[in-house]
Amino acid sequence: MAATKSRPLSPHLTIWRWGPHMLVSILHRATGIALSIAGLAILTWWLVALAQGQETYANFTKMASSPIAIIVLVGLTWSFFQHLLSGIRHLVMDSGAAFELGINKTFAILTIVGSLLLTALVWFYILGVRA
Amino acid sequence: MSIGKSATPIGKVRGLGSAREGGEHWISERVTSIALLLLGIWLIASLLFLPDLHRQTVIEWFHAPSAVVPMALLIVVGFRHALDGMKVFVDDYVHEPGNNFAVNTLLLFLAVGGGALALYALGAVAFGANA
Repeated sequence: MAATKSRPLSPHLTIWRWGPHMLVSILHRATGIALSIAGLAILTWWLVALAQGQETYANFTKMASSPIAIIVLVGLTWSFFQHLLSGIRHLVMDSGAAFELGINKTFAILTIVGSLLLTALVWFYILGVRA
Repeated sequence: MSIGKSATPIGKVRGLGSAREGGEHWISERVTSIALLLLGIWLIASLLFLPDLHRQTVIEWFHAPSAVVPMALLIVVGFRHALDGMKVFVDDYVHEPGNNFAVNTLLLFLAVGGGALALYALGAVAFGANA
């Protein structure tokens, strides 16, 4: 909209002191975008490779077990758990609860701790126990 | 309560109640998130508890309705939730109406196309002969 060019903007990211609630809000969006693009692309790629035949699937699993792919998959696992936990936080806040400063901050910190723990647990199982 | 009698626009609106529509996108985002909470955990747990991820193992798993049905639901609901979420992101940052329409339409096509491809591949695996 050309007419709005010179209208004042509300203070943005640079002016606020960082806190867990702010971080979790931004992470919710960032992880959502990562899951929407990379997560769904890899899920679809996996299903297509599965349908294509033995050779295509072998190529897929070979690529998916390379160190770079493992880093991406760990990142997506963390994105999934972070988005899941901060999503639960959003559902609770949609009901009007947990807006008080203390509990809001605690809840935000818990989503970060929880997502890191669950990611570590899943990949410890994959690389440590099962491999 | 002046229904239509007032001279001012706000006066006309007062007393008419809510429009009872307009919240579909917001509601859809929440409802699909609750479904994905269950389906996402189901997928991760299933992949972890399969004996291995060799092609034959996964194909056999996808021959059972207990795996194909949740996977199909995950694809449909997952792409829908991703589209709902990406729309929020686009609407926040792409303000020019023409560009906004173009980007949202592109995302719609990508989501429907990606979902259709994933469903097709799943169907081919579930109902195929699997040479």
